[in-house]
Amino acid sequence: MEKKLFLGDEAIARGAVDAGLSGVYAYPGTPSTEITEYIQEYCKATGKKLHNRWCTNEKTAMEAALGMSFAGKRALVCMKHVGMNVAADPFINSSITGVNGGLVVLVADDPSMHSSQDEQDTRFYGKFALIPVLEPSSQQEAYDMMSYAYDLSESLKLPVLMRTVTRLAHSRGVVELKEARPENGLNPVGGSRDWVLLPAIAKRRYASLLERQPEIMRLAVESPFNSYTAEARRFEMGIIACGNTFNYVNECFPDGVPFPILKISQYPIPVETIRTLAEQCDSIMVFEDGQPFVEEQVKGVLASDCVIRGRLTGDLPRQGELNPDIVKTALGIPTLEHPDVAKNVVARPPALCQGCGHRSVYEAINIVLKDYEGAKVFGDIGCYTLGALPPFQALDSTVDMGASITMAKGASDAGVFPAVAIIGDSTFTHSGMTGLLDAVNENAPITVIISDNLTTGMTGGQDSAGTNKFEAICRGLGVSDEHLKVVVPLPQNMDEITRILREEIEYRGLSVIIPRRECIQTLKRHAKERAAQKEEKKA
Amino acid sequence: MKTDIILAGVGGQGILSIATVIGQAALEENLYIKQAEVHGMSQRGGDVQSNLRLSDKPIASDLIALGQADIIIAMEPMEALRYRHYLSPDGWIITTSNAFVNIGNYPDQQAVLDELREMKNVIMFDGEKLAQENGVARSVNMILLGAASKALGSISFEKLEDSVRTIFGRKGEKVVEDNLKALAIGRECE
Repeated sequence: MEKKLFLGDEAIARGAVDAGLSGVYAYPGTPSTEITEYIQEYCKATGKKLHNRWCTNEKTAMEAALGMSFAGKRALVCMKHVGMNVAADPFINSSITGVNGGLVVLVADDPSMHSSQDEQDTRFYGKFALIPVLEPSSQQEAYDMMSYAYDLSESLKLPVLMRTVTRLAHSRGVVELKEARPENGLNPVGGSRDWVLLPAIAKRRYASLLERQPEIMRLAVESPFNSYTAEARRFEMGIIACGNTFNYVNECFPDGVPFPILKISQYPIPVETIRTLAEQCDSIMVFEDGQPFVEEQVKGVLASDCVIRGRLTGDLPRQGELNPDIVKTALGIPTLEHPDVAKNVVARPPALCQGCGHRSVYEAINIVLKDYEGAKVFGDIGCYTLGALPPFQALDSTVDMGASITMAKGASDAGVFPAVAIIGDSTFTHSGMTGLLDAVNENAPITVIISDNLTTGMTGGQDSAGTNKFEAICRGLGVSDEHLKVVVPLPQNMDEITRILREEIEYRGLSVIIPRRECIQTLKRHAKERAAQKEEKKA
Repeated sequence: MKTDIILAGVGGQGILSIATVIGQAALEENLYIKQAEVHGMSQRGGDVQSNLRLSDKPIASDLIALGQADIIIAMEPMEALRYRHYLSPDGWIITTSNAFVNIGNYPDQQAVLDELREMKNVIMFDGEKLAQENGVARSVNMILLGAASKALGSISFEKLEDSVRTIFGRKGEKVVEDNLKALAIGRECE
């Protein structure tokens, strides 16, 4: 079959398509964004009509995917790890309703926080929901796992959680494709009230989920993606390697790993196999990216005095992703001879693009707020979070999607003045609208700046759900016309922007200012696309 | 035969395009490939790097270990230095000498170049000047790839050219021609 050079994300996307997917539901988030983008491009190129439009947030995505599953078709929902916190309500309850068409929940974790505010480990969510979790170790495995995951989901009648990490999501490898399976036909759930989670029904459904746990464990022990290799003799040490950490261990031993090694790519942890490993070894070293999820559980299931080592014992760092050198050191293998770290190198942090509209917004904020001693600025998640760095250093907080408005309100309730919130357009529709309604209902004396660049910028310029709707949304929520202002964030408009900002801060009630100018990255891209279209027409 | 390459530069300089061209050519050569990239926040004018591994045998790790890299290909001299300790004692650095100064505390530019020249095997050239003189100002990255092509033992130059045609094809014939020209210019850099 055909071979492709795929990012881990693209392998997942194509794996889902070839497994008979009918729709993907997602909100952009690094490192998961390229999954949905691949499916969008695939549909454009082939004319296939799979649902692929971006959703407003991860919760709406999760629910829509569950709806597609209810209707009997195969659905994929993708998000970054913190997106799972937003989707958690429908996610957890989807293990109680169960599924009809196969449902895979794909979560891309970001250990080392390359582009995130924490490094939470999604495997805990799988354990929480009592469903199978898959964790691929390579691009090929990621591709192969998708059809397995959909079959597993449909045979267990449960959602399957698939966890990947930045290193696999954003790394390319060669993938051999398989024959594609057709989509499921329309076949909605009927004649049952299993999906109506009234307490009486939910109790019965939860009991059924618990009854299936031994089966879910058996499937993990027998999984084609978990492997245990060992000679029949006693060893000083054994290894457990989860997901892509398996590669780092293999990299250390080009001629084969001289210890018993259990690779885990399907959870719950295969307890029987771990006991077998423990019987053969004096100690076990656990390699896993993220938190010590397996290490902690292994300690709990072993009665023997086998020593467990890993992130909790200090043999591996408690924080950050693993890499070949960390694994080498933990295994007592010397690092290769190498040049010293260079002297003339300094950090080069990311910055807002030259010409970006957010720059004018921060400049205005800094000009006006220097006249207010107690001013606090509550930021949000997106490119404009870079306003926290030099030259602007304009933010006092950044916590999660939407927290700018609600934290400004809480701080204002406590007496902070002025309290300014700055939030991007896509983040506002993701999780800012409900907080703005709270502020409207109390006419909170805060100034909310919705910095609208007509796109989801940080993740590469995806469509933003609220484009052209922001004034209507604000009015609909009850923001008064007199205190709803739109400006164009350009340096030549600085006098007007600062005047309006000052007036609205002085107004002791709720104001919304919308600086609006297209992201210069998407502006350039759109210009190129138009030029290319012209060329095509000429030809 | 295994080749471990670190590609380095600043977001927007075209590092990932170099990786894509090599990756596509390696696929055509039937090699095993692993290529780890940086997406997201760091692409906004921050440092960007990619670990690219090619081999005729399966490759385990997506990441290159300290002292393991055969080549560092860099669009910018300080970015070449940033990964110096990943280079094997016999490894090569191929870099432009064009400092990209978008930070206030950029080190003394001469000191950066001097520290690079201390290394055993370095090819360094003024990529921007070369690109401008030859009318391919936007293709410095392909000049750099051309300069590195001799070090990519397992990939033929023709396969790199084919790859440029495939990858830039949808951007029009002029873009393809400019990039092929840049590649050929780079090949002459010593």
